[in-house]
Amino acid sequence: MNTPSQTRRTYWQGFRHGAPFLLIVGPFGLVFGVVAADAGFDMLQALGFSVAVIAGAAQLTAVQLMTEGAPLVVVVLTALAVNLRMAMYSASLAPHLGAAPVWQRALIAYLMVDQAYAQSVLHFDKNPQMTLPEKVAYYFGTVSPIFPIWYLMTVIGALLGNRIPADIPIGFAVPIAFLALIGPMLRTLAHVAAAFVSVVGALVFSGLPYNLGLFVAALLAMATGAAVETWSARRRARP
Amino acid sequence: MTFSPALIWTVIVLLAIGTFALRFSFLGLIGKRQLPDWALRLLRYTPVAVIPGLMAPQIFLPAAGETAPDPVRLTAAAITVAVGLWTRNAIWAMIAGAAVMVGLTLLT
Repeated sequence: MNTPSQTRRTYWQGFRHGAPFLLIVGPFGLVFGVVAADAGFDMLQALGFSVAVIAGAAQLTAVQLMTEGAPLVVVVLTALAVNLRMAMYSASLAPHLGAAPVWQRALIAYLMVDQAYAQSVLHFDKNPQMTLPEKVAYYFGTVSPIFPIWYLMTVIGALLGNRIPADIPIGFAVPIAFLALIGPMLRTLAHVAAAFVSVVGALVFSGLPYNLGLFVAALLAMATGAAVETWSARRRARP
Repeated sequence: MTFSPALIWTVIVLLAIGTFALRFSFLGLIGKRQLPDWALRLLRYTPVAVIPGLMAPQIFLPAAGETAPDPVRLTAAAITVAVGLWTRNAIWAMIAGAAVMVGLTLLT
């Protein structure tokens, strides 16, 4: 049964699980605001970018390419290539959240960020008894603390501009935040194999244009994970 | 370098539309139709197939103008993943990685 109070509890549980990611999203938003201001964006343009797109890596890529004088088509397609992973996230959320009403799915899509996505899928996999309203509530819970702070820190970063001293290693907060997600994900041999292929593939194909290296590496890694899972299951089934 | 407001807003609007389309794609089209088992098996590995690869070049490849990867970053990255494996908790991993990063930066 899904009583409103239970759904509310699940929402706040998601909120609590999402809140620590502020440690990442805050500095990330600040970095973007500073970089955008340095590139000549005013505060409203930086904020508009963060509100309309909510994808730090793609936004940084776009600003970087603009300052390099890349043509509009290259700027947009490269930044979208950085976001190709979102289509994979969308596919992997569909079995969990695909039955939600379309307005909820649209909102889920707009608010899809790496950390909240990874946290939600991990939680759904660990708790297969969750109902659809609970899953939706949990997902919205995890993103709720994140996106207002993303907007706010973009504004602060844009206002601070280049007044932040260069020797503060604020940029590395972003990789740390992503790397922190990896350890808890490595639950089985199949997950470890997939992660390994992902890293090796991304390095081997890093020369491919438009960030396609990551896309190729991710497809290979997913195939590896699925193959190792099948192989492990068959081995266990043997007498 | 200054950009015209028209160029900036064009980039923002195109990226907003494109990114939403990518995010909505499968959620919107598949809806509640059940995916085949092989597809579900592949999709289970999406996060672990994307996130390590997303970060690998920044950690293992030298930064522009450098010849070797930064040892401080390598160390902080290794500690972050190790603490994540050990505690099974992303938050502790993040705190440990950030502490190592700040500590080593102050020392060097």
